[in-house]
Amino acid sequence: MKTESSDTRFDLRMIASWIKPESKVLGLGCGDGELLYFLKKNKKVEETGIEIKESRVAACIEKGLSVLQGDINEEILDYPDNHFDYVILSQTLQQVYEPAQLIRTMLRVGNMGIVSFPNFCHWRIRLQLLWTGYVPKTRELPYEWYNTPNIRVLGIKDFRAFSRQVGFGIIREAAIKPCNDNKDGKIIKTLPNIFATYGIFLIGNRKIRG
Amino acid sequence: MSEYSGPDENEASVGQVQKQFFTFAEPPHEMVLESGLTLGPVTIAYETCGTLNQGKNNAILVLHALSGDSHMAGVYREADSKPGWWDIMVGPGKGIDTDKYFVICSNILGSCMGTTGPSSINPGTGKPYGFDFPVITIGDMVLAQRKLLDHLGIKKVLSVIGGSIGGMQVLEWSIRYPEIVLSAIPLATTTRHSALAIAFNEVARQAIMSDPNWNSGYYYSGEKPGLGLAVARMIGHITYLSDESMRLKFGRRLQDKRDFSFNFEADFQVESYLRHQGTKFVERFDANSFLYITKAADYFDLGKKYGSGSVVKAFDRASTKFLVISFTSDWLYPTYQSKAMVQGMKKNGLNVSFCEIEAECGHDAFLLPNERLSNLINGFLEGVSNEN
Repeated sequence: MKTESSDTRFDLRMIASWIKPESKVLGLGCGDGELLYFLKKNKKVEETGIEIKESRVAACIEKGLSVLQGDINEEILDYPDNHFDYVILSQTLQQVYEPAQLIRTMLRVGNMGIVSFPNFCHWRIRLQLLWTGYVPKTRELPYEWYNTPNIRVLGIKDFRAFSRQVGFGIIREAAIKPCNDNKDGKIIKTLPNIFATYGIFLIGNRKIRG
Repeated sequence: MSEYSGPDENEASVGQVQKQFFTFAEPPHEMVLESGLTLGPVTIAYETCGTLNQGKNNAILVLHALSGDSHMAGVYREADSKPGWWDIMVGPGKGIDTDKYFVICSNILGSCMGTTGPSSINPGTGKPYGFDFPVITIGDMVLAQRKLLDHLGIKKVLSVIGGSIGGMQVLEWSIRYPEIVLSAIPLATTTRHSALAIAFNEVARQAIMSDPNWNSGYYYSGEKPGLGLAVARMIGHITYLSDESMRLKFGRRLQDKRDFSFNFEADFQVESYLRHQGTKFVERFDANSFLYITKAADYFDLGKKYGSGSVVKAFDRASTKFLVISFTSDWLYPTYQSKAMVQGMKKNGLNVSFCEIEAECGHDAFLLPNERLSNLINGFLEGVSNEN
């Protein structure tokens, strides 16, 4: 499936398509607020974001978004149980030190979680490692081994296995391959762990596959 | 807070403004203070900028700090060399845009800039109150501001905004009158003073009270306790700056000389600066007002008053949307204190934004030109305005 291009990143539009209008959303590591702003405008959500970098927090607040400056692992702890409908961890899982703990907290403060990450098992990465003998670098994970903030690399199958080990349910998943500078993209149905560059998962406490 | 720099010549101004007055609590209907004592009549000096719209839903209340006054922006007369204390923030197209909002600022209770305080005439004696003036609290200041809003016919305010002691009033407003306050911006403030902050205030108060001219607070017919007040102000100024800003601003540079004087003149620039600030302050501020307002700030304890000691419980009463701002180099009200209030708000599920602005100029940062601060306030207000 190809969707039409827009100013908002393809992967973010994919996430947005899963979110019910007028829900309460927490965005962890929300950056300059692109997704939250899109959700606020198009889905009329009640948004909250957490971001560590001062300049990005300021960019969010200037747009009229409710965003707190701080470490996602600590700031998330203060919220009451089931305070949000969705807690989104977009392309940040690979930088989290204690992923299991964070996901459990996401599913405590939120009814559902949305997790997206770059797929480290994409065929290009596999071939790079095999042919060049160097640690792979890609558009999605562009850093050197010595300066990467991405301390946890994983694939789509890894995340499914992780859900069984930690004990949360996967409600919905999409493997995607954005193109054209993330303006467009495709949903990958065949062999997603090989052909998709990103995985997006809607997760919950109970297993309700839909 | 200190006096900030002069007008920003590149920017628009609200132009000429007027000091206005409102008197209430005429005996026998005196204002009942938090201490249980009564005070009346009470006069409030205030200033407004911008236009109140038909729906009366574009009002913003600006709350000043220790030594501020109702004169927040513009000038009284065209010849005035200095505009109001927050002219950089309040004006057409500025952080608090007077083209959109009706902005009100009143002088706090206990001050000496037109609102009733210890230097006002006690109707019982026909002389200035002096130390007969009852001890007032941040809550009493807010109650007086509430009376002013009632007088102006304003039932809801889009935002209450203030830094330092003004920020304490913001917090008090948000918990005391959640039905009136749609949003609140506490800047560089705290829910209660640390021992460090109380200690500095106490040293400043002792400087005043040990000035022989202070005369137990009854000095209005004679010499003012100017030396004591100047020292008090010097102490204040140290806490408003930071190690870094002092290093950048003064370092160990000498004032108008190449070597030490080997006597006790103001050799260093920092000494000269503090003496200048002290002297300047004495000309415009009343020593007793300094005592009363610093005491009110020391007494302020939001958690104790509204949450049996818990800030989290205190915010249970609030429903307003918050923007909390702290500054990296503020050591009078460090960021951990802002984070504690943010935590209290979050635990109650309140809508809160928080930003720790990187600034080297210490506590005073909220009064100095800062594009980030202006943009944050502007964007936040725009959001609140669109939602209401």
